[in-house]
Amino acid sequence: MSQKLLLNAKEVNIILHRLACQLIENHNDFSNTVLIGLQPRGKFLANRLAEMLKTHYKIKNIPLGHLDITFFRDDFRRGEKILEANTTKIDFIVENKNIVFIDDVLYTGRSIRAALTAIQSFGRPNEIELLTLIDRRFSRHLPIQPNYRGRQVDAINEEKVKVNWLENEGEDAVYLIYS
Amino acid sequence: MSELSVNHLLGIKYLNKKDIQLIFETADHFKEVINRPIKKVPSLRDITIANLFFENSTRTKLSFELAEKRLSADVINFSASQSSVKKGETLIDTVNNILSMKVDMVVMRHPNPGAGVFLSQHVDASIINAGDGAHEHPTQALLDSYSIRERLGEVRGKNVVIVGDVLHSRVALSNIYALQLQGANVMVCGPKTLLPKYIKDLGVKVETNLRKALNWCDVANMLRVQNERMDISYFPSTREYTQQYGVNKALLNSLDKEITIMHPGPINRGVEITSDVADSDQAIILDQVQNGVAIRMAVIYLLASKIKH
Repeated sequence: MSQKLLLNAKEVNIILHRLACQLIENHNDFSNTVLIGLQPRGKFLANRLAEMLKTHYKIKNIPLGHLDITFFRDDFRRGEKILEANTTKIDFIVENKNIVFIDDVLYTGRSIRAALTAIQSFGRPNEIELLTLIDRRFSRHLPIQPNYRGRQVDAINEEKVKVNWLENEGEDAVYLIYS
Repeated sequence: MSELSVNHLLGIKYLNKKDIQLIFETADHFKEVINRPIKKVPSLRDITIANLFFENSTRTKLSFELAEKRLSADVINFSASQSSVKKGETLIDTVNNILSMKVDMVVMRHPNPGAGVFLSQHVDASIINAGDGAHEHPTQALLDSYSIRERLGEVRGKNVVIVGDVLHSRVALSNIYALQLQGANVMVCGPKTLLPKYIKDLGVKVETNLRKALNWCDVANMLRVQNERMDISYFPSTREYTQQYGVNKALLNSLDKEITIMHPGPINRGVEITSDVADSDQAIILDQVQNGVAIRMAVIYLLASKIKH
């Protein structure tokens, strides 16, 4: 197995600032907006963006939640692996809110489809947008596209894109992994 | 990746410590789900479950049915009193007839001990034992331990006393297995006539004095006196049983510490516990009922994930 560095810590940081600014452009003071990181890997990006908006851009009181989609996936009993659930933490009302789903890598779009169903359990949002750090082009199974994207990557099916976070893996970096 | 070590839930006896841990962690997620405005997930939309109740049940049946529906499974219900069992059909025939309608999982309550094990050897479906005679009632024991874990943080090292009609209780046996597996200390307390003769062989303490038992324990699980299973008199009168083994508020207040009171239901108010105990903050009886749905969702989900597509 070999890997290639796609983004280093500095590049990740620049992209995070750009994504934060794009969010501000569309959501102003975030008075009717909530950020929801998708479990398990989207929560790191969501936490980071929320923190950045708070400290660098002085936006207060951004509701931040984590949504687990395990029970809403369309591959239950279909794969080798048993699906393991993660914690969902949404302690605010999503009814009539503008939601931004946040995930690290957009690949087939199936997770986002599951998340769109899962969030309905919490109410009827006004609108839902999607922010991803990495958008794997040409590999979508569903008609789903991000509203905000960090970097587009062309990766063929056997390849994997891995996003590492300082707080979890000890570094901010994005790798392309070949099998 | 973690999965259950078993394909059926026939009794706690067949589970290991990791299985219980996995069921509890999964139940945590489902407990969050059932507190959402919309309490349903689509995971089991292609699974059909038959609830076969050869013996009466209210809360277990409702709890299983609710758990199944919250997981989006298709559910069929069967009770022996309105069926061909009365016409002489055997258990295997009844179940095979139901399974030929493409049922993936069977939840069964039966008056005979071992009915679940027997069935699992003869039919091709995942079996969940919802109580077999005076043998086991695994989901009740799981939800009891889960409720202790929720209330006291962990089960390990806790002193739990099971009070009352241990002889006729499937809840007692499953609880003893489950609690010991998790490292709790277990005591049974009741009149000698209602304690099985060789219960000590299971590694539990035996006490006939209720006050001593309550002073020892962190949790008291109060069993119902199962009059319907008693063919002879096991104690002189209900009044005397209540005097010796009933828990009231005055008794609880006179103990050295505050203990937690559990009851698997249905309660005979004024017999094994008084109303002021059942409705007090020390009792977690309604938490047990709520946790029952989450635990059963977890068990069904984990077993269903092992059914081949």
